[in-house]
Amino acid sequence: MLALSEKHALSVERLSVAFSHGDQLLMALDGTTFEVKRGEFVCVVGASGSGKSTLLNVLAGLDRPSGGRAHVHGRVALIFQESALLPWLTALGNVELALELRGVRATARKSLAFDLLDRVHLAGFEKRRPHELSGGMKQRVALARALAQDADVLLMDEPFGALDAISRDLLHLELERIWSESRLTILFVTHNAREAVRLGDRVLVFTSRPGRVAHEVRVELPRPRSLDSPELAVIAGRITERLKHEMTNGS
Amino acid sequence: MAAELAPELRSSVAPASGTHPVRRSAARVWSGLWPKLGAVVLVVVIWQLVVWSGWRSQAALPGPWSVMGRLAGDLSQLDFYAGVALTLRRAALGYAIAAVAAIVVAILIARIELARRSVGALMVGLQSMPSIAWLPFAILLLQRSESAITLVVVMGAAPAIAAGLLSGIDHVHPLLIRVGRAMGADGLRLYRHVIIPAALPAFVGGLKQGWAFAWRSLMSAELLVVAANQASIGQQLQSAGKLFDMQQLLAIMVVIFVIGIVVDSLFGTLDTAIRRRWGLLGGEA
Repeated sequence: MLALSEKHALSVERLSVAFSHGDQLLMALDGTTFEVKRGEFVCVVGASGSGKSTLLNVLAGLDRPSGGRAHVHGRVALIFQESALLPWLTALGNVELALELRGVRATARKSLAFDLLDRVHLAGFEKRRPHELSGGMKQRVALARALAQDADVLLMDEPFGALDAISRDLLHLELERIWSESRLTILFVTHNAREAVRLGDRVLVFTSRPGRVAHEVRVELPRPRSLDSPELAVIAGRITERLKHEMTNGS
Repeated sequence: MAAELAPELRSSVAPASGTHPVRRSAARVWSGLWPKLGAVVLVVVIWQLVVWSGWRSQAALPGPWSVMGRLAGDLSQLDFYAGVALTLRRAALGYAIAAVAAIVVAILIARIELARRSVGALMVGLQSMPSIAWLPFAILLLQRSESAITLVVVMGAAPAIAAGLLSGIDHVHPLLIRVGRAMGADGLRLYRHVIIPAALPAFVGGLKQGWAFAWRSLMSAELLVVAANQASIGQQLQSAGKLFDMQQLLAIMVVIFVIGIVVDSLFGTLDTAIRRRWGLLGGEA
């Protein structure tokens, strides 16, 4: 309860992460600082190699920082570009496992899992295995699984990067709906500036090698936004310019 | 939502074209069976031709029909089944011990780096060692007993099973492990819910290979060790050889072959079922 009373869902303070590469030390992140408010939807854009995935791994507790602090108040769930569903379990089974690992009683699991799949519009597909689902449907299951973890913060690592345009549009709507219905905080990593502006309350632009917040854009457009709207294109264009500038300086 | 249905999904939802399901599955069984039957017929024909050529006397190389007749005679005798049962019991016991030992060893090697560098290296050596090389050791240690036979079977099967499981564990997709850990699975729960199921297809491959080694080891051991009053399959083979009873010898060889093939195909079925469920089979799954 103490966590809930705090204003920030997530805080990153002078975070540095280094990996040894042979006898060299590569800085993936160097002195990154930012905060995300509870219930906020923040997108991180950066070129590849800007340490975006490293940032999410540290926040999820899967990697250790070399310096500084990264702190998440509450439970974290991760969603990857590949849905990373367990292939031997059905859609329902994948959601049920998340519930089981969270400690939900066996008797309550099944109906809860059915409800969650219904929430991501997958009613009727409960018994399918991942290889029998399309890319978009797999990401819906991954979303339901993340919701099953009862997370306060959802960390998403280019989750829709491998999808076709229509599936991606539909999932943007879906994610926005789920976010607005719940009190979820979302940190969404992408290399696509339009996607970032489509979804985020704020967009953080990362420098390349080492990653650091170079620029911050507050998006004031009303929701739901359209990927094709001219206002969105203008903001996304500015971010892309900025990214290009960072990349040419960096290399 | 319809736009998102993958085309292959839609076609699998639609009822399959025309033909009756029973007839279709019968056709599938037949299409899998006829090449094998054809091969058997070919071997029998060549065998018969060699016999007809008069290269060896009928006593030294009896024809397929007389061997089949002898086999039919064996099959009507209770003693024969007692022998088969004894052999299968030995196989099952040795194989079960081997599987349990292999699982324990493989998990230890996977979890503990030192175990990998020590026991893991030994295991590679054991795998290439013919298990019959253990027989003199087993006889001196345990006399000509059931235990000696079991030891040889275990030493034959265990390394293959352990190697299969270990390679399965080593090749689990790292993303699945990350996902499991992110969902809160740690230590044993990570093994139970993520690593072991992910390693299962490779494990079944190891089990299948382990069976082949177990069966070979058992036959070698039974040829050389008489440990019961009942005549095991290997013992029947040995005594047929001593009595120059070529008909009986060939009949027993057919039995050994058939048992090997039947058990192997059971593993094959299990393997296919798991691969299908894991989505590792392409095409019509």
